[in-house]
Amino acid sequence: MNYHWDWGIFFKSTGVGSEIYLNWFVSGLGWTIAVALAGWIIALLLGSVLGVMRTLPGKLLPTIATTYVELFRNVPLLVQLFIWYFLVPDLLPTPLEMWFKQGISPATSAYLSVVVCLGLFTAARVCEQVRTGIQALPRGQNNAAQAMGFTTVQTYRFVLLPQAFRIIIPPLTSEFLNIFKNSSVASLIGLMELLAQTKQTAEFSANIFEAFTLATLIYFVLNMSLMGFMAWVEKRVRIPGMMGGSK
Amino acid sequence: MALDFSQIIPALPGLADGMVLTLKLLLLAVTGGVVLGTLLALARLSDNLVLSRLAKWYVNYFRSIPLLLVISWFYLVVPMVLSWITGDLTPVGAFTSCLVAFVMFEAAYFSEIVRAGIQSISRGQINAAYALGMTYSQAMRLVILPQAFRKMMPLLLQQSIILFQDTSLVYAVGLMDFLNTARSKGDVVGLPHEFLLFAGAVYFVISFGASQCVKRLQKRLAV
Repeated sequence: MNYHWDWGIFFKSTGVGSEIYLNWFVSGLGWTIAVALAGWIIALLLGSVLGVMRTLPGKLLPTIATTYVELFRNVPLLVQLFIWYFLVPDLLPTPLEMWFKQGISPATSAYLSVVVCLGLFTAARVCEQVRTGIQALPRGQNNAAQAMGFTTVQTYRFVLLPQAFRIIIPPLTSEFLNIFKNSSVASLIGLMELLAQTKQTAEFSANIFEAFTLATLIYFVLNMSLMGFMAWVEKRVRIPGMMGGSK
Repeated sequence: MALDFSQIIPALPGLADGMVLTLKLLLLAVTGGVVLGTLLALARLSDNLVLSRLAKWYVNYFRSIPLLLVISWFYLVVPMVLSWITGDLTPVGAFTSCLVAFVMFEAAYFSEIVRAGIQSISRGQINAAYALGMTYSQAMRLVILPQAFRKMMPLLLQQSIILFQDTSLVYAVGLMDFLNTARSKGDVVGLPHEFLLFAGAVYFVISFGASQCVKRLQKRLAV
């Protein structure tokens, strides 16, 4: 075994400008977080609307939402990313296409594609969680709200959703963690997020093990902290009197 | 933009080769993942504290990092470690690296499914097995696991469908799986969009069809 270990590598100059390797990791982590958070906002908003649609009476709205879920769940994430990045811009009206291809920096266009892709991909999963949460509520909740004269919108807004969202915090947490992990696909369309920076460090410095170990640690710590944070949120919003709640 | 799908048909034999590689990887990864996952689940549930801790760490570790990172790790590390062990510098190739990555990664996910399956079997079953004079391993092998696997079949299949889609990530190391073959064929004939859409459609049809079958199976197995 003749591998030359050097844990000081992160503080050495990259040879590009005055940066040290650690700068690359910091900026990569920044992109990873920026992708995941923006994607999560889209996923949560769209996923909630779709989830509600799946529980509404009637045929049309639930069918639309179900079709959406099946479509986005059964096509690999990477294929979806390529479609958003390579194909969709060509379908846009010419001024928009030009703007996407030349008006903004390559990093911005990759960022926009991956955010839209992850947002819509994760929305399908959030939709299923929201639907499960609503359907897990006792039917009496809906009936009681109707009996009080609430409209459908009011029923969802004041009765069903506030309870459903608290029930589904654990599965939503794992979707939230997934979006961080899935954001690594952005490295395949050239966005310099954490994984891409790691690969670049490995190539430039030849210290493969150190670079990948640091990346693994960052993902691990990120996950653990998010899990801890979500457990705290879950505790704060627990509904008293329910299985998970206080007495 | 007008789409022209006429070039897909002549390219079908090449695309089929890509699909064969995808399915081969899937089959081997699922088999390896289930075997390793079952061992991990048994370790996790064992009374041996060291063993159950180790299994827990393993699962937590692999569940908190992205699959793409695992693939990159193994792509670089597996050949190196193998050459240290064997002293042989012959490259092992991207396929072996990816297979090892998938087996180890998926084992963490399969092990949680198997553990839930084992835990859903009533305690009376193992007590009855003991009462019949079986050892722990006999009770597991002959009584608990067969029932557990039957219960968790739908979940295992569902996870395999997810894995089928995730195999497309081998694109990162240049393995010619179905997606990568479609991408390169599309580039060669100058119709990248059509080939990408076709690949997406094929993935959709297979995944959707398979999950409909799993749903039906779930209903049949439901008590």
